[in-house]
Amino acid sequence: MAETRVKQEPFGPGPAQEPFGPEHEPPTEWMELNMGPQHPSTHGVLRVRLKLDGEVVRDADPDVGYLHTGFEKSFEEKTYTQGITFSDRMDYLAPPINNVGFVSAVEKLIGVDVPPRAQAIRVLMMELARIGSHELWLGTAGLDLGVYSGFFYAWRDRELVLDLNEAYSGVRMMTSFTRVGGVAWDLPEGWIEQLQAFIDVMPARIDDFEAMLTDNPIWHQRLQGIGTLSAQDAITTGVTGPMLRASGVDYDVRKAFPYCGYEQYEFQVPLGSNGDCYDRYRVRVQEMRESLKILQQVVDTLPGGPWLTNDRKVALPPRAELSKSMESVIHHFRLVSEGFKGPVGDVYAFVESPRGELGFYLVSDGTNKPYRMKVRPPSFCNLQPLKKLVQGVLLADVIAIMGSMDFILGDVDR
Amino acid sequence: MSATTTDRLVESLGNRFKQSLRESSDFRGDLSIVVEPNAVVEVARYLRDEEGFDYFLYATAVDWPARDPRFTVVWEVRSLANKTRIRIKTTAAMPDPHAPSLTEVWPAANWHERETWDLLGIKFDGHPDLRRLLMPQSWEGHPLRKDYVSFGEPVIFSDQKLEGLEPDAIRG
Amino acid sequence: MGELKLRPVPMPTGRAAGPTPLNALGENLLTTTLDKVINWGRSSAIWPALFGLACCAIEMMGTVGPRHDLSRFGSELFRASPRQADLMIVSGRVSIKMAPVLRQIYDQMPEPKWVIAMGACASSAGMFNNYAIVQSVDKIVPVDIYLPGCPPRPEALIDAVVKLQRKIRGEPLVKRPA
Repeated sequence: MAETRVKQEPFGPGPAQEPFGPEHEPPTEWMELNMGPQHPSTHGVLRVRLKLDGEVVRDADPDVGYLHTGFEKSFEEKTYTQGITFSDRMDYLAPPINNVGFVSAVEKLIGVDVPPRAQAIRVLMMELARIGSHELWLGTAGLDLGVYSGFFYAWRDRELVLDLNEAYSGVRMMTSFTRVGGVAWDLPEGWIEQLQAFIDVMPARIDDFEAMLTDNPIWHQRLQGIGTLSAQDAITTGVTGPMLRASGVDYDVRKAFPYCGYEQYEFQVPLGSNGDCYDRYRVRVQEMRESLKILQQVVDTLPGGPWLTNDRKVALPPRAELSKSMESVIHHFRLVSEGFKGPVGDVYAFVESPRGELGFYLVSDGTNKPYRMKVRPPSFCNLQPLKKLVQGVLLADVIAIMGSMDFILGDVDR
Repeated sequence: MSATTTDRLVESLGNRFKQSLRESSDFRGDLSIVVEPNAVVEVARYLRDEEGFDYFLYATAVDWPARDPRFTVVWEVRSLANKTRIRIKTTAAMPDPHAPSLTEVWPAANWHERETWDLLGIKFDGHPDLRRLLMPQSWEGHPLRKDYVSFGEPVIFSDQKLEGLEPDAIRG
Repeated sequence: MGELKLRPVPMPTGRAAGPTPLNALGENLLTTTLDKVINWGRSSAIWPALFGLACCAIEMMGTVGPRHDLSRFGSELFRASPRQADLMIVSGRVSIKMAPVLRQIYDQMPEPKWVIAMGACASSAGMFNNYAIVQSVDKIVPVDIYLPGCPPRPEALIDAVVKLQRKIRGEPLVKRPA
């Protein structure tokens, strides 16, 4: 009866699961299903070609590139300061973190010091972005699994974060608030009070979410034991961020290689043990709480002083000085018309985005524009093991796994 | 990375791979080594097995049209336990640039090398599945090369005439 | 998916696109009243297709969210299947790989259908004048409302939907005082 088995073809070379023995199964054929770029659950325009054996997935081939924007080419055509506005749009769920990553690379290349107040403001915006991104993740990943009301809870909280962004930078999402050597503006009056009100109200709201989901038996059934990635596999496949920490690997850029003054703040890095989707959920919720702790500490210890470096070769002079000093006018003119030049060399700077390690590899040839700005996106690295993780699971679990990976296509495709 | 670990690492690499290690540099705290193309896989294995560089960060290439060989292929890896990083560079020359693939050493390099092939046109020998990742499969050309003209549409200012300036048709 | 030719001139929409069964009967008292009723019905319950591409999709989600609630204006649900949707809000940058997909989704929507180009990238490629982004989505589908912004605020998207509703009913888009 072996000849009634139709041939099953996995996608190209790569691991595919062996079918069960022919004597136990009726003759079947693997069906190719296209989880197309337009899909409510792919969190963006991701196409996954699935080979299904009934409801069970036997192989998967993610097809990315539907949002490829040519960021790296655009960076090469703009000066260092102009590139900051582009960097927002890559990981568009947490734009302040992209901004900080981008200018960190430029500051490392040029060797500019950032004043303490600017570092504190950067930490504030980054942690707010982290909370906003995790809230959004909770809302949308939950929405995929049937938590319809969770979406509205999450957006209620995220709107508070967007309000703070708007009060600071004028824009709800694409803040572009960093400049090389500091931040663009000082905190406006009343912003710290608004932030304090946010910090006071959030723990109860995260508790609301946890009350709804953490001990929910349906949530357990959908997420526990699904998409398990062992610690060793997580390291070899190069995943990063909460996916890596849920598998038990203690690596958070903020602790391992502190930047922007993170070493001053007390916070813990939540770790999971099993590496399944449920652990990733727990890690992210706990990270939100830790971000609130960091925010409180920054608010309590916010230093005074300048928010932009005094080095006039890279940072614009304050407007008041322009009417007094000819040299400031010249610096202003040079910076606005041409920008500053970097030394020849290449650096790699990295920050912890809500998805993992976001790195910028900057190659400079001594001109005012980056020669090559390669972005090391966390979502790109997190999406790679999708093929491996979905083998042998049901189609509905593919949705759960993709939700738990928390990738964003703007980051994957750049 | 402290100066002592960097020096020790460079020294042991230099002792092990005398001819293949062309140069090493430590710019702003980032250690990079330039290796001959045929020794890259060996150096990579040594770094993974004996120096503990287990975590792959990224792979890419830089296009220097004025130089020969034209491309510098870059991989960067990290050691999670030792908290160190190293950047491995090699070169690839036109007309058919290719470099060895490090997917056997670090499986995470798979998609990064595919992307480098897609955007810069560097073939990775030994890569299990080298096809385009970000551009459509039928695309011709490698967009991130310096001679690839990138504009989508010429910008028409109000004092310019419209005739003779055709909007682009989709390419590919 | 085959060759996709971009149009140099945007496609005509609305009455310029030609006669529909409604106005083929000519203009008389019965058909104009029927017209008004049908257009009022169509405009009051526009259900968008889920077509979030990039950052504008996040603001589109915000528009559906609790603070700015788009379902007050009739868009109760976003339909995942284009066959059940009337409106395609192209929210985000359209890359060349996505362009044939967008056209296919547009073609799968049944008439009458409308398109809002949300954001600078959909209206005119925004800040991305390069090889990878289609320079305005009106090269592929006919657009009814262009909504600038990067990303536009949820209130702006609601404004666009309200203007589209006025367009469907045949009213002027901007109400001027008498």
